[in-house]
Amino acid sequence: MADLHTNFLGVSSPNPFWLASAPPTDKQYNVERAFEAGWGGVVWKTLGEAGPPVVNVNGPRYGAIWGPDRRLLGLNNIELITDRDLEVNLREIETVKKNWPDRAMIVSLMVPCEEEPWKNILASVEQTGADAVELNFGCPHGMSERGMGSAVGQVPEYIEMVARWCKQHSDLPVIVKLTPNITDIRKPAEAAKRGGADAVSLINTINSIVSVDLDSYSPVPSIDGKGSHGGYCGPAVKPIALSMVSEIARHPETHGMPISGIGGIQTWRDAAEYIALGCGTVQVCTAAMTYGFKIVQEMIAGLEAWMDEKGHATIEDFRGMAVPNVTDWQYLNLNYVTKARINQDLCISCGRCHIACEDTSHQAITNMVDGVRKFEVIDEECVGCNLCVNVCPVDDCITMEQISGTDPRTGKPIDPDYGNWTEHPNNPSVQREAAE
Amino acid sequence: MAPNRVSPDIQAGRLPADQYADNFDDLHEPLDRHEAVVEADRCYFCYDAPCQTACPTSIDIPMFIRQISTGNANGAARTIFDQNILGGMCARVCPTETLCEEVCVREVAEGKPVKIGLLQRYATDHFLETAEQHPYERAAPTGKSVAIVGAGPAGLSCAHALARHGHDVTIFEAREKAGGLNEHGIAAYKTTENFAQREVDFITGIGGIAIRNGMALGRDVTLDDLVAGHDAVFLGMGLPGVNDLGLEGDDADNCIDAVAYIEKLRQTDDLSALPVGRNIVVIGGGMTAIDVAVQTKLLGAETVTICYRRGPEQMNASQYEQEVAQTHGVTIRHWLQPQALVRNDDGAVTGITLEYTAMNGKLSGTGETVTLDADQVFKAIGQKPVEGLFGGVSLDLSGGRIFTDDDRRTSHDKVWAGGDCIAGGEDLTVVAVEDGKIAAASIHKRLTG
Repeated sequence: MADLHTNFLGVSSPNPFWLASAPPTDKQYNVERAFEAGWGGVVWKTLGEAGPPVVNVNGPRYGAIWGPDRRLLGLNNIELITDRDLEVNLREIETVKKNWPDRAMIVSLMVPCEEEPWKNILASVEQTGADAVELNFGCPHGMSERGMGSAVGQVPEYIEMVARWCKQHSDLPVIVKLTPNITDIRKPAEAAKRGGADAVSLINTINSIVSVDLDSYSPVPSIDGKGSHGGYCGPAVKPIALSMVSEIARHPETHGMPISGIGGIQTWRDAAEYIALGCGTVQVCTAAMTYGFKIVQEMIAGLEAWMDEKGHATIEDFRGMAVPNVTDWQYLNLNYVTKARINQDLCISCGRCHIACEDTSHQAITNMVDGVRKFEVIDEECVGCNLCVNVCPVDDCITMEQISGTDPRTGKPIDPDYGNWTEHPNNPSVQREAAE
Repeated sequence: MAPNRVSPDIQAGRLPADQYADNFDDLHEPLDRHEAVVEADRCYFCYDAPCQTACPTSIDIPMFIRQISTGNANGAARTIFDQNILGGMCARVCPTETLCEEVCVREVAEGKPVKIGLLQRYATDHFLETAEQHPYERAAPTGKSVAIVGAGPAGLSCAHALARHGHDVTIFEAREKAGGLNEHGIAAYKTTENFAQREVDFITGIGGIAIRNGMALGRDVTLDDLVAGHDAVFLGMGLPGVNDLGLEGDDADNCIDAVAYIEKLRQTDDLSALPVGRNIVVIGGGMTAIDVAVQTKLLGAETVTICYRRGPEQMNASQYEQEVAQTHGVTIRHWLQPQALVRNDDGAVTGITLEYTAMNGKLSGTGETVTLDADQVFKAIGQKPVEGLFGGVSLDLSGGRIFTDDDRRTSHDKVWAGGDCIAGGEDLTVVAVEDGKIAAASIHKRLTG
């Protein structure tokens, strides 16, 4: 049986599934329920400075988009950091860590961008016995207006500065949580590394307005007729998060830096994908907030089963295996020629492949053959784009098949060897070189 | 036989009073908004969709389903009405299992078609319940007048399209209520809450349509007068006659025309007052046989047996409809043809003797017989035209029904026809609607060309 045990920055947990810093980790009661259900660790909901805690809106905090059966696809929120007293949180963190010593206890922090507040809160957290801290440089709403959260995460110099303070004033491992609301995710990751941070976690939520109420013309969630952008999360954000994770994982300056992956993880499969892109742990929130803590049991069982099937004894056995396969467009093999193939036995004749190709692409799929409704690929027109595969409602009905010999579309022989854009005769820089 | 058994045993009020409403409630619960949205999501929005091709009125089914999925139910209804102004009734009575749903790609893929009929009902019900005005505006009056015979699906469809073009339409209807078989001939649980009349009101809501009830062709009005007094005439009077068993005793009070019985059932205010036999035998294999069998069972008959002279595949009622009957406790027996009615001294029918049949090149009796107790025998072996309706106007017929061309023109220059009264149709509501639509287009072309 596969061993899911992880060691992330020296912090041990029985599995890679952590709950992200968010409402599910705001209290002892919730966190202990999570541990009972089997979660490997938590990042305690972000603590702020001592003194009067922040206040939240008293109207709705969440908005969502759904599939047709109200399956939640994306969630946004305008909730702030913990609105409970710092002392209460610290006391509960200490208690929970004592009660559950084998679970990872990470504490998320957000205080003003000055050295003293950071120094003070780190000292308090250290006394709780927590395993590490996560610096919340990501929340895009509310706190960012006060110069914290993503307002820090969007300025690499601030990230570096605060990370350095944290490493100076504490022995705890430091994870920097990154905001995706930035052009190039590699810059804040580099800054975190320069500042001495031990790891990054990403992504925090994305600036979002989930919808506009067409009666009141207010953004949703609406607070007395007004709305503010929130932070977007849930299954919808996973592709964005995977891309950002991969950028950090393969960037020479940050390659090898531990990553805790966050963003739309709902199943073991999502988690395995993050780990294959280099993540040492994954953090989950929306799935738990949608279905409750029990989902971790499916994640554990599913990941174990898949690892057994693949022969991976530990998480480390497959961690990062997808990273070398993430490359730049310019290095993709232009001599890899594929054509769509439609399995006529599986085809249910909905015609979606045809109309997608006919209206919007390459006119490479028939709708009528010898007077009969039939959908066949015209190799002379097919560029192998995969759109038909993506719009087909039937699993494995349309597949992409590599061809060799002559491409019927171009009438030219297919070079069996790898060849990319950097050497392609149409590349202006190649043309220039040839001229010189 | 039990000593206290009355023969024949025909009684009203066989059920507790509160049972009737339950029994005759919607056969299929309508979808609520959420169910409709979830079901709509199952539609793949096929290109050149097979369902649309299979619909006799060519409703753009993928489009109306997509409109439901986006919360535009009234827009969906409009898409339906664009092709079929009786879309509400068709949603209830169409044999979707042999039309749109039979060819749905999800039927092909997984044996579970998108519930097109129920979605159509959702959209059209939503429109009728919420829309404040008729979906179409009449064109400016043309001054032309068209006479329509029969306020059934064909006539109403034709009337609506003509009225929309600005022509004045007068419908001559033999019965006291409009709606044709929708009002009088279809099982009550398929069209609850007076839907047929609500739909008539909706259709005539466009204006320019006058319905004259109690005006039967050949009795109260002649075709000669209609032709002389109008710019065009559309005949959509259905098949007023019914076939007899051709057996001695056929005319006994309890050997009943199923169409007439259903009409009585549909028009009664009190189902518990409707007499129904304890043991029922229905002769026939079409929708009328199913409808009378199920409804007599729902009225409290103890046993109901449909006897049909051929096999299940040859029945006009679909496999699905046969199953509906069986689910309601109706027994369907195949390969039996009526041979003789069993009668008591008063001439009342008490049973029926049937002969087993077989296909030996052609259908023939085997000589073996069976006799079934029957307190009522229902004749549901088809409707037929009544001769001599057309007075001095000569119309070509085919197999007794009116011959029409592709535009539903008869052999008479000013007369069009559609619905069950013409040759070659399928005797479906939706086909009648299409006939009316096609004829209206042809009439309009003639009147304005």
